[in-house]
Formats: sequence, C-alpha cells, structure tokens
Amino acid sequence: MSRAPVIARRELSGYFFSPIAYVALGLFLLACGAAFWNDFVPGQPVEMRHLFDWMVWILIGIVPILGMGLLAQEWASGTIETLMTAPVKETDVVLGKFLGSIAFFVVLLAPTLLYVVLLRVYGRPDMGPIISGYLGIVLVGGLYFSVVLFCSSLTRSQVVAAALAAFILALLTIVPFYVAGQASLPTFWRGVLDQAVYRRYADFSKGVIDTGNIIFFLAVTAVFLFLTVKVMESRRWK
Amino acid sequence: MISVRDLTKVFGHTLAVNRISFEVQKGQVVGFLGPNGAGKSTTMRMLTCYIPPTAGTATINGFDIFHESEQVRSNLGYLPENVPMYTEMKVTEYLDFRGRLRRMARPERLKRMDYVLERCWLTTVKHKTIGHLSKGFRQRVGLADALLHNPPVLILDEPTVGLDPTQIRETRKLVRDLGGDHTMLLSTHILPEVEAVCDRVIVIAGGQVVAQGTPDELRTSRRMQARVLVECRGPAKEVQTALSRVSGVAEVELLETGGNGSYISAALRSKEGYDVREEVARTVQQQGWPLREIRLEHATLEEFFIQVTANQAMGQIGQAKSAGGAA
Repeated sequence: MSRAPVIARRELSGYFFSPIAYVALGLFLLACGAAFWNDFVPGQPVEMRHLFDWMVWILIGIVPILGMGLLAQEWASGTIETLMTAPVKETDVVLGKFLGSIAFFVVLLAPTLLYVVLLRVYGRPDMGPIISGYLGIVLVGGLYFSVVLFCSSLTRSQVVAAALAAFILALLTIVPFYVAGQASLPTFWRGVLDQAVYRRYADFSKGVIDTGNIIFFLAVTAVFLFLTVKVMESRRWK
Repeated sequence: MISVRDLTKVFGHTLAVNRISFEVQKGQVVGFLGPNGAGKSTTMRMLTCYIPPTAGTATINGFDIFHESEQVRSNLGYLPENVPMYTEMKVTEYLDFRGRLRRMARPERLKRMDYVLERCWLTTVKHKTIGHLSKGFRQRVGLADALLHNPPVLILDEPTVGLDPTQIRETRKLVRDLGGDHTMLLSTHILPEVEAVCDRVIVIAGGQVVAQGTPDELRTSRRMQARVLVECRGPAKEVQTALSRVSGVAEVELLETGGNGSYISAALRSKEGYDVREEVARTVQQQGWPLREIRLEHATLEEFFIQVTANQAMGQIGQAKSAGGAA
C-alpha cells in the first residue's frame, strides 16, 4: 500500500503550523471578499459566477505561496534524506504532498461557503452553477498545485520556486486570455489557446460540466505530477 | 550483515569514494574512521540508498542496495549527519509519523515509541516541539527514529557530534548496549569514541580503505610499535651511540639534546619481540649517566590514525608526481 496518505496527513498538519499559509489564506479570503462584495448588491443576479472567475486569477498569486516549500524546503533543510531513506517511493512522496495540499486548499475554500449561505438568505440562487463552480475551482487548484509542486522540486529556494510557478501559471492562464482577445488568429493557434486554463474553466462557472474539461484538468495535473516524480528521481541520481 | 564490494562514487570530476570493500558481521559495532571529506558520509548515503553508487555494490542483510532498495531501507535505521527533521512537529508526532511511514501497526508503534523515548532519554521532552529542542536532544530524537522499527542494521553518521560530554558518554553507552542485537556502522573522527565503543575499525582516507582491524590490532600493528623513552644526563652523541648498541634497539632518536650537562631525552624503537628497558637502564648506569626516567610508551590510535591518513595523502601526492613525470 502506498505511503502517500501518511505523507499527505503530515503535509496538511504542516500547513497549520506555517505562518505563510495563514498569510496566504488571509489574502485569498480578502480578495474573494472584495470580489463578492462588488456583486452582492440589489439588482445583481443571485450567483457566484464572478467570484469563481476571480478566484482563477487570485489563485495564481496564492497557490505559489502555499506550495513553494513543498519540496524546496525538504531539499534546503535536508529532511529529504530522512524521508527518502525510509522505505517510501518517490511517487508516494509526490502524491502525498499533492494530496495534502489539495486538502489544505479545500480548507482554504471552506470559508467561501458563507457566501452561498448569504445568497440563500437574501435570494434564491441556482445551486447547479455553484456546485459545478466549486468542482471547477478544485480542479483548477489541483492543476495549479501540481505546477507549483513541480517547480518546488527543481530548486532549494522557495522564492525561485514561487516565481517560476507564478510564471508558468501566468503562461497557462493570463496570457492566453489576453491573446485570445486579439483579432484574427489562425485556427491552429486558436486551438492551442483553447487549452488555456481560463477557457477550460469558464464552462464550470456557467454550470456546464463537460467531461472534456474535467479530463483536461486531470491530464495536465497528472503530467506535472509525473514530471515531479522524474525530477525527484533524477536529482538523487546525479 | 553489511557487505560492501568495490563501492565507488564519482561526483562530477571528484572521486569521492574509490573502490571501498569491507564486511561487517552480525552484531558487530564497526567504527568508520577518517578525516573530514574522506568519503564516510558518501559511503553511508550509498548504503542507505539515498544516492546510488557509480560502480560497485553492497548488500545489507542480504538485500542489494541497488535492486532491493526498499527492503534495504526497511532493514535499516539511519541517523544522517546533520539530523534533519521537521522542526514544527512535536517529538511524539514525529516518531508517530516515522512509524507510519515504516508501516508499523498502531499497537507496535506505540510500544516501540515508548521504548525508544525511554531508551534515548526523551521522556521529559516528548511533548515538545522539535524546533525548540537543543542540539543534543535533537540528536537523540534522530537516534530514536533510527531505532524505532527495531532494525537489524543501524548506520549512524557521527552520532555524538554536537553533544556535551555527559551526553557523549550516555550515547556511547547506548551504542555499546545496542551492539550485539544490532549490527552497527558508525562514523566518527573522534578517536576515543572508536576505542570506547567499536569492535572493529575501518579507517578511510581519500576515499579508500587504508586500514582495518580491532582497535588493539591497529595500535600494535607493525608500523606502530611501542617506543621506549629515556631521559638521562650525559653527552648527547655518546648517549646515542651507547643506546644504539644495546641489543634489540633498532633506532635511536634524540628528542631533546639540551645544553651541555643538562638532561637529554631519547626515543628508542626496538626490534620486534624485544623489551629493551632493562638493558637500556643497565647501559646508562654503567656509563654513570644519571637516569631520570625510562618509560614504555604505547602507540595511541591517534598516532596510528595520523600516520595512515598522512601516508595516504603523501601517497596521493607521490602518485600524482609519478603520473606527471611519466607524462
């Protein structure tokens, strides 16, 4: 049996001892609060679509902060040596770290359920798009964390890991968003840009659960996790 | 138990470990001795499957470090050099986590945790956060972790570094007690430690094994014969000649010649199997030189260590020179 759950548990409890995680949590909730407050006025539709759309952007800043230390810290402090000399596989470590982070991500999202409560108190929201929106956000978070985990495996420096991760996430999300807005694009490039996180996510916040989109998120996440395992293996082999 | 054959590690252009071979029998405590940078930690990291060897192989408890890495790691307790640990965890939390990683079932885990906490004198700090512990306590947490799953083989990289004298003594006693049940390889560059706890010593320098044997064997090995120190008053030249004529004396070295009429001291190396003290005393008496001291000085392991490691360094320079000359 895999040791991933054991590592995931430790990782999750590690978050609660990390000041930086609380800072990130605070920033995230503050930004979400601002986005929600903007929409939570009489006359606006009773929905969370804008909030979810904002989260995709906000998380580009938040997830690198949360995940930068996942492996970089292990290399820097040398704990990787005690970890890897226990009978565990690289896959266990990477999967464990990833699952622990996702668990913390769910904790991070939990307070935003308050907005759902508020919407239900003051109106009659359509729950479908809200549920699909949350599903989409968890998938986006998974993809983001897999990217950050990969960056964190490359270096001992958490700052470098965070910067690199933010850069890659920007490439996957922000840049296509703006480029796609430009006038005539060749069909090929339009196809490429359709693979961008933001476009894939948009359906979820509209309430559409498309298997293709789910597979897109899971596949990209799996690719980054696989790369992380390979980096972990090769770093010890040098 | 531990069997190492031609283990080699190359980092870039540096040959860190050069074809090391040795055996450690079941229940033995073997000291891995060498100056800093000799390749001790690198060898240990290969044995614990943290880094793969460039060439050569080793087996631990019959498992190959390369092909059966997971079984090797299950059979092994390892204390790395700087005792890296998750500093935000409490001692018990950490040990519990390590036990889970090692697939120990809950009852066994709790039982063993109690045992190692007691054994490593950690009961008083078991609810403390590791980051708040002193170096000595952290070292013991590392040791407790290495012992947790009761592994047949223990590999300890400088287990007493950073401890105060009392802790050093306690740790050595612990290591001594654990020998017999566990096969142990421990590295150190502290010589009294080796004499205190090890059944056997492997001296490594420049990435190679330069000597191995029991501490006694190393001390009494041929190049480290005991010497006799003589202190008497007499003319230096004559004393040297007279002493070198004594049967059994191989070599006389004047240590202090002093001024005219003051005491001089000489070190005598005797041929194998001779105790020259009585004869030397008689000779000095016959010449009428006042004798102040005559003493047999046993070689210390330290001298042995300095000699072999220095030889090694000289050997390398020599090799480099001859290689340069040939080219």
